[in-house]
Amino acid sequence: MKHYEVEILCAKTKDKLCFLDKVDPNSTIGEIKAMFHRSHPQWYPARQSIRLDAKGKSLKDEDILQNLPVGTTATLYFRDLGAQISWVTVFLTEYGGPLLLYLMFYFRVPFIYNTKYDFTTSKHWVVHLACMCHSFHYVKRLLETLFVHRFSHGTMPLRNIFKNCTYYWGFSAWMAYYINHPLYTPPAYGEQQVQLALIIFLFCQIGNFSIHIALRNLRPPGSKARKIPYPTKNPFTWLFLLVSCPNYTYEVGSWVGFTLMTQCLPVAFFTLVGFIQMMIWAKGKHRSYLKEFRDYPRLRSPILPFML
Amino acid sequence: MAAPAKGTSRTAQNDVASIKKKGPGALATAYLVIYNVVMTAGWLVIAVGLVRAYLSKGSYHGLYYSIERPLKFFQTGALLEILHCAVGIVPSSVVLTGFQVMSRVFLTWAVTHSVREVQSEDSVLLFVVAWTVTEIIRYSFYTFSLLNHLPYLIKWARYTLFIVLYPMGVTGELLTIYAALPYVQKTGLYSVTLPNKYNFSFDYYTFLILVMVSYIPLFPQLYFHMMRQRKKVLASGEEHQKSN
Repeated sequence: MKHYEVEILCAKTKDKLCFLDKVDPNSTIGEIKAMFHRSHPQWYPARQSIRLDAKGKSLKDEDILQNLPVGTTATLYFRDLGAQISWVTVFLTEYGGPLLLYLMFYFRVPFIYNTKYDFTTSKHWVVHLACMCHSFHYVKRLLETLFVHRFSHGTMPLRNIFKNCTYYWGFSAWMAYYINHPLYTPPAYGEQQVQLALIIFLFCQIGNFSIHIALRNLRPPGSKARKIPYPTKNPFTWLFLLVSCPNYTYEVGSWVGFTLMTQCLPVAFFTLVGFIQMMIWAKGKHRSYLKEFRDYPRLRSPILPFML
Repeated sequence: MAAPAKGTSRTAQNDVASIKKKGPGALATAYLVIYNVVMTAGWLVIAVGLVRAYLSKGSYHGLYYSIERPLKFFQTGALLEILHCAVGIVPSSVVLTGFQVMSRVFLTWAVTHSVREVQSEDSVLLFVVAWTVTEIIRYSFYTFSLLNHLPYLIKWARYTLFIVLYPMGVTGELLTIYAALPYVQKTGLYSVTLPNKYNFSFDYYTFLILVMVSYIPLFPQLYFHMMRQRKKVLASGEEHQKSN
């Protein structure tokens, strides 16, 4: 078996960073990253981007050396992706914050509202309901992060955690402040409005969860395979017939429900901003589905049936 | 400004894409020249208005009132520049341009216009003068650039005078916002309090303080960005001069 030689150059400066000889032609890029890490311990594999071309796309960890368009002396380029943090860590932190912060406002912990309201509870039952819904939502997200989601990438850039936490923690504190405020005004249409809102919220929570399960089942454990998601026996997944990312559709629906339930403008803002972000993500996902799969169903829109 | 759509075939899309990459077309260039000439003229009107008012009054206090209308008109007109970036006829970032224009429009309408008591402050003159000189140079710079006949003097002025004008403008802006604070607090201008049926509140006084604080991280970044641009642009300009 002929061994390969691999030299790794810096993509920016073209400096020779590492030379590996006697490399098994069946080695994967992942294994080469591990070897590179040994000579440069500060660049752990998760922060390495290895490509064939200095300005090209990153190679996947599963790519095999001899299947790449390289000679027996392969030249690869390295780019530092920067400090990385695992998706699981980011999700747990960004969801844990809202859960705890909201509860602090709900229990009217000191220094938030006027001292005379410390540790009091609201007299409006919709405020208690809203707390249960908000907390349920984030507990669900935390559990899904731990037990349901199968992530394609292990890590993301470290600065994302600051950006994401500012967003989630900031908005949840802002919403919680008003909903749990002593001067909170309950919804204009009273019981009916809250009941309708609750139905929408719960429906969309179940829907969102159903989609997460369906997506998980698309991908066997440890696999990073990409397949077209289709409706399953669960009626909540039938939304796949009309949209590429029904998980986002249901998520927007949940927050619309929560807005209706609390009749709170900051919640409406949060719903709007979230919708815009998810729409951008859905459009991107939809486009990559179309690019990757020639038989992708034409009826589907990215996030809103027939609309967006 | 865009060419009429010729269906959704790949080739038509590629043509549009390559046209966009080459920069504004002839029609867009003509429009931009007119826009920049009009803006240069507008800010010249403001400059002349300031000088005439100063000469007739004999002092530099309260000159704002003499140029209030053209200032509002031409500064607000700059909102079009966001559109230019969005449509692609100007190769700048929509977000950056939007931010810069909105901050000017905010100062003009939400502070100076809205809080009558600050209009007689000298700080207003400080930023109005800074803006006027900056904009006359900037718009003439764009005009000449579009016509491919940029005098070195204009380029030099654009990338040098900011060294003084930018801090001058920022000082005027901050002092004006600061002067507005007591009146905003007293009258509750643009503020919403609880309880209300939308469960929302907004304190304009606190908001203005946050705006002032935001200058601390933002101003140095923008200032040093211009410094770096200056080194880049004037260095290549000098080489051109030397070869002449």
